[in-house]
Amino acid sequence: MFEAVAIVTGLAVLFGAILGYAAIRFRVEGDPLVDEIDALLPQTQCGQCTFAGCRPYAEAMARDEADINQCPPGGETTIQALADLLGREPKPLNAEHGETAPKTVAVIDEETCIGCTLCIQACPVDAILGAPKQMHTVIAEECTGCDLCLPPCPVDCIEMVPISDTIETWTWPYPQGMGSRQ
Amino acid sequence: MNRPLHDFPGGLRLPGHKHISTSQAILRAVLPKRLYLPLHQHIGEPSETLVAPGDHVLKGQMIAKATDYVGAPVHASSSGTVVDVTLLPVPHASGLDAPTIVIETDGEDRWVDRTPITDYAQLDLSDLRNRIRCAGLVGLGGAAFPSFIKMNPGPHHRVRTLVLNGAECEPYITCDDMLMREQPQAILRGAQIMMHALQADECLVGIEDDKPQAIAAMSAAAAAFGAIEVVPVPTRYPAGGERQLIQVLTGKEVPSDGLPPDIGVVCQNVATAAALQRAIDAGEPLISRVVTVSGGGVRTPRNLEVLIGTPMHELIEQCGGYHNAAQRLVMGGPMMGFSLESDSVPVIKATNCVLSLAADELDVGHATLPCIRCGRCAEVCPASLLPQQLYWHAQAKEFDTVQSYNLFDCIECGLCSYVCPSHIPLVQYYRFAKTEIWAQERNKRKADIARQRTEFRAFRLARDKQERAARHAAKRAALKDAGAGGTRQAAIEAARERAEQKRMEQTAELNAARDAKIAEVKHAIAAQTERQEAAPTSKTVDAVTSSSNRETPDNQ
Repeated sequence: MFEAVAIVTGLAVLFGAILGYAAIRFRVEGDPLVDEIDALLPQTQCGQCTFAGCRPYAEAMARDEADINQCPPGGETTIQALADLLGREPKPLNAEHGETAPKTVAVIDEETCIGCTLCIQACPVDAILGAPKQMHTVIAEECTGCDLCLPPCPVDCIEMVPISDTIETWTWPYPQGMGSRQ
Repeated sequence: MNRPLHDFPGGLRLPGHKHISTSQAILRAVLPKRLYLPLHQHIGEPSETLVAPGDHVLKGQMIAKATDYVGAPVHASSSGTVVDVTLLPVPHASGLDAPTIVIETDGEDRWVDRTPITDYAQLDLSDLRNRIRCAGLVGLGGAAFPSFIKMNPGPHHRVRTLVLNGAECEPYITCDDMLMREQPQAILRGAQIMMHALQADECLVGIEDDKPQAIAAMSAAAAAFGAIEVVPVPTRYPAGGERQLIQVLTGKEVPSDGLPPDIGVVCQNVATAAALQRAIDAGEPLISRVVTVSGGGVRTPRNLEVLIGTPMHELIEQCGGYHNAAQRLVMGGPMMGFSLESDSVPVIKATNCVLSLAADELDVGHATLPCIRCGRCAEVCPASLLPQQLYWHAQAKEFDTVQSYNLFDCIECGLCSYVCPSHIPLVQYYRFAKTEIWAQERNKRKADIARQRTEFRAFRLARDKQERAARHAAKRAALKDAGAGGTRQAAIEAARERAEQKRMEQTAELNAARDAKIAEVKHAIAAQTERQEAAPTSKTVDAVTSSSNRETPDNQ
């Protein structure tokens, strides 16, 4: 009787020690789920989801405080990917947060720009280049088309221009479905 | 001869329609008024223009340079004046515009200085490859992959066999067939140079057995070339696919994630070999190619030797114009080609065939029906894929799953769509899925950069805030220190002392100046007194004395 108790207790202590050690030795920094969700978001940092960027939205989803259909730039593809990751049912985009629009890039009218630096401070990805009282310009490659530079501009010199397809970025259209004639 | 041949999975014997364009010899097309040379005619990065409107260019002059390792320069196909560098429609499935150099030809067709290589064997291999690169040579079979890259298998691969692709398996296309009939010497000489560049031991020329004249011409010419063997292969589409032809000739399968050099083979098209011969022996860059103009929509189908950049409608005109039945214009063959919206687009390096199809040649008007799982697509697939599974997941946009069914091994030969009794445009789904996956990868890369930049911005803002806080704290600390009791008094005391010392110094200086002045004046008086002793006038002495007295207080 005593032996059995001792053995079981000994085992419990041993496994407890192993688990305790593993918890310290193999500790995962940060929340891997947030990283996984963040990796699926389009990183426009536009805030249309009502959060202050993609990562805060990812954190909210990880805490189950936000729905998966709040990201208009990501659209259907992102919702599908989030649904797969989080094991939820895919649902249509919540219209409250906007509609999926074609990709755009900000263009500053350099004649009108007064060099106030307000747009530079607003840009979430540091894609605007300029200095006080010097003309500003957008690094088109880095611009995510988030529209956040538009409201602060005192002279309305920023325009969002749709990015047109080039031969390098063009994709084949989805074939017409059942019953269609080729 | 009688080399044992092997087999590739799937495939199908298709109606060839080849005889309609082989009855006449290759004709040199008329020099067009204007040449349209797109900057991006090859696989890889687009080239960068070297000319501006107004520049005069000579035939064979480089007008756009490669910007990347995977790239090819573009040369002027004839002499003339550059009139524009602008966005114009190019032959591409998208129908989109792309940067194009427009040359108005002057009719002189005057060549730039050419530097032929008399003995290529003396040339360093990397110099030889560079010549091939500078000649703008790309694979002329249709894919337009820069040739010099294939000529450089790298130090880890020993290429034993060069496979020359003369199979030309797609219906209607006969440009390689005619080239082999008419210029076997040039092709074989090109193959010899390729073998030297690759240090290959043997060269196998694979030609489908429905081209007896080409086989005869090539075999006769090959007798003079040692290690080159002409091998007739069974006519079965797509025997001209790179991987399929290699498998038929060598029995070796190119691994799914690998390239032919991994199994010691490099495959080049016969037309590429002929162009290579011209680049080395004549120093002429790639500025023309043989194009098949065929189909039921053209009055007299034939093969033309065409300058790159010639608008396609000019070729159609030189082939008797359109037939009334002409319905659809296609670049490439009926299986792998794509429809063109306009016949004003130019011939590019990849244009092997311009096909004008009549209504009865088109497989149109069938409604798409549900898949009945008959499995015929899987039987004909030359890549041993499961087309119905690919279709199922592609139409559901399940891109991860479709990749797990090896979507990217699909060579888009079109056989699955061809045999499908439900008329499902299967290849369209695969093309859609492939380009969509690439677009998602591009977006992902862009998102990763945006994430990095956002994270860095957050870090930068936090750092600035911290630095500002640290600066303020330091200032406050300094003030606080100064305010701590006795130290402050001591500082004031020290300042006073410094001021006092300075004043003392100044006074001492002034006193010294004053004393010097007094001494000087006294000296002057003494001198005057001496002179007055000779002629005494008391008035003058007084005047001098009073002036010196007046001066002294001023100095203080």
